[in-house]
Amino acid sequence: MSDVQILGVGMHPWGKWGRNFAEYAVVAARAALADAGLSLGDVQFLAAGNTMRNGYPGYVAGSTIAQALGWSGIPVSSSYAACASGAVALDAARARIQAGKADVALVVGADTAPKGFFGPLPGDRPEDPDWLRFRLLGATNPTYFGLYARRRMERFGATAKDFAAVKVKNSRHGASNPNARYRKVFTEDEIAESPVVAEPLRLVDICATSDGAAAVVLTSAEFAARQSDRRPVTVAAVSTVTPTYPNTDLDLPDIATDSGVGAPPHARPFRDAIAHVAYEEAGLGPEDLSCAEVYDLSTALELDWYENIGLCGPGEAEALLHSGATTLGGRVPVNPSGGLACFGEAIPAQALAQVCEIVTQLRGDAGERQVEDATVGLAINQGLFGHGSCVIVTR
Amino acid sequence: MKPRVPVVDGLFTEDAGPPALLGGRCPRCGSVFFPKQWSFCRNPHCDGGPLDDTPLSTRGRLWSWTDNRYAPPPPYPAGDPFEPYGVAAVELDAEQMIVLGQLARGTDIGRLQLGQEMELVVEPLFEDDDAVHTVWKWRAGSVTG
Ligand SMILES: [Zn+2]
Repeated sequence: MSDVQILGVGMHPWGKWGRNFAEYAVVAARAALADAGLSLGDVQFLAAGNTMRNGYPGYVAGSTIAQALGWSGIPVSSSYAACASGAVALDAARARIQAGKADVALVVGADTAPKGFFGPLPGDRPEDPDWLRFRLLGATNPTYFGLYARRRMERFGATAKDFAAVKVKNSRHGASNPNARYRKVFTEDEIAESPVVAEPLRLVDICATSDGAAAVVLTSAEFAARQSDRRPVTVAAVSTVTPTYPNTDLDLPDIATDSGVGAPPHARPFRDAIAHVAYEEAGLGPEDLSCAEVYDLSTALELDWYENIGLCGPGEAEALLHSGATTLGGRVPVNPSGGLACFGEAIPAQALAQVCEIVTQLRGDAGERQVEDATVGLAINQGLFGHGSCVIVTR
Repeated sequence: MKPRVPVVDGLFTEDAGPPALLGGRCPRCGSVFFPKQWSFCRNPHCDGGPLDDTPLSTRGRLWSWTDNRYAPPPPYPAGDPFEPYGVAAVELDAEQMIVLGQLARGTDIGRLQLGQEMELVVEPLFEDDDAVHTVWKWRAGSVTG
C-alpha cells in the first residue's frame, strides 16, 4: 500500500476562549491548508473528530466544519472515540487515500470545553456506565488517575516527587510553545503547595480541559511528490485498536473490569497493544524513536506510558525520567510540546495536536523546544470506552 | 423511620445474609459480569446466555485507592458542605476482576495497604425527604502480608 503523507499542519492556540468550536476549527484548518500550499478547493475529503458537549453541531463535526469552511460538496466523516477521536478521524482519511478515493484529505478536531470536571451527559441513565460511575461512586476522571497513581506508588515505589518532576519537565518544554495554554515554568515547591484533588494527585498533576483546534492535511505520496516546495512527512503507522477480552485492566468509565474466568488473559495489556500494533505496521521499535507525545492526563500516567511504549521496562520509568532521557536534550524527549500539562485537553483535537507537534519536530520547526535531528516520532493516547490511538510519523 | 432504598436497583442484594453485589454469570464459560448490563455472554470465545444472576464474592484484596477532595458534578449527590470520600479498587479472587466502590465512612485512608482484605458493606449515600438512598462500599478488613 502506498504511503500517505502529511503535507500541512495547523492549530488554533489552546485556552479557554469561550467561542464556538467551529471558529477554532476554521482557524486550524486554514492554517494547515496554507502550510500545505493548498486551498479548500483541493480537498477531496474532510474527516473530523466529534465533540459531545456542543450539541448536534458537535455530533456531526465533519459537516459542521465543512459548512463553516464553506460547503464545497466533498464527502465528510465524523468520528467519536473520546480522546482518540482525532486519530480515528485521521485513520478514516488515510484509508480513503489508501483506497485511491482521494488524493487530499483534511482532518480537523476542535472543542469548546466546559468548566471543571467532565460530567456525564444529562438524564437518568442507569444502563450507561459513564452515568453510573458518577452517580454511585462520584468516580470522576481524576479518581481513576488517582487510583493508577497510587497503584504505581505501591507497586514500584514511585513518589509524589517523581510525579512533580514530570510536571517540572513538561512545564519547561511547553514554556516556549505558542499554542500551549499554560506556559508557566513550575518548581517542585510550587507543585507541593497545589491542593490535592484525588490523592496522591494534586491539581497541577492533572490536566485541565481546554478549547483548541488542530488540523492535518493528508495526501497521497504521488500528490505530495508534485508539491516540490513542501516538506512532507510520512504517516508510517496508525493504530486505533480496542482491548482484547478479557480486559482485566481498570479502564474509564467502567466500575468493574472484565472477569478472567472464562478466557485466558491476553498476552499484552491494552495500552501496550496500542503501541505494539503501530510499531508492527511501521516496522520500527522504541529504540528508533526521536521523540514521543504521550497522553499525560496526569503526571503519573506519563510514567506509565514510558513503559507502555517500550522506552523502559515496568517500574523503570522513574529512573528513566531522572536520567534526563525524556527531557529535551536527552535520548528521547517525551512531550516536547509540553503535553497535556501545558495544553489541557481539547478532546477531539488532542490526538491531532500530538501529530502536529511530531510533524513540527520532524521538520525542525520547533524553535526553542526542538528535538535534535528528529526523524521518527510517536504520538499515543487512550480514549474512554476502549479507544486506543497511536500514530507514528517519519521523515 | 424512612425506608432504605438502593440508589440504583438491582446492583446488590441484602436479602440473604451479608450484602453482596449482583452480577451475571455465563452458564457455559463461567465468566462473570458486573453490572450484568446485557443478557448474553461477552466472552468472544463463547456464545452462552442468558446470564444467571449471581452474587459476587463479598471479600477481596485492595488493588488501589484514592481520596476525592473536590465535589464531583451531578448526578453525584454531593452534600453541602461537601464531604470528601475515598474510592477503592478491589480485586476479587474467584471472579478474577476488579470492582470499584467508595470506601466505607470512617476509613483511615492513611493506613490502607496494597493487598489488604476488603469487605463489602452497604451504607447510605444520601438522604432526602422520602428515603435513605444506599450504595455498596468497601470496608477495610484485617491487614494481610
Ligand atoms: Zn460465556
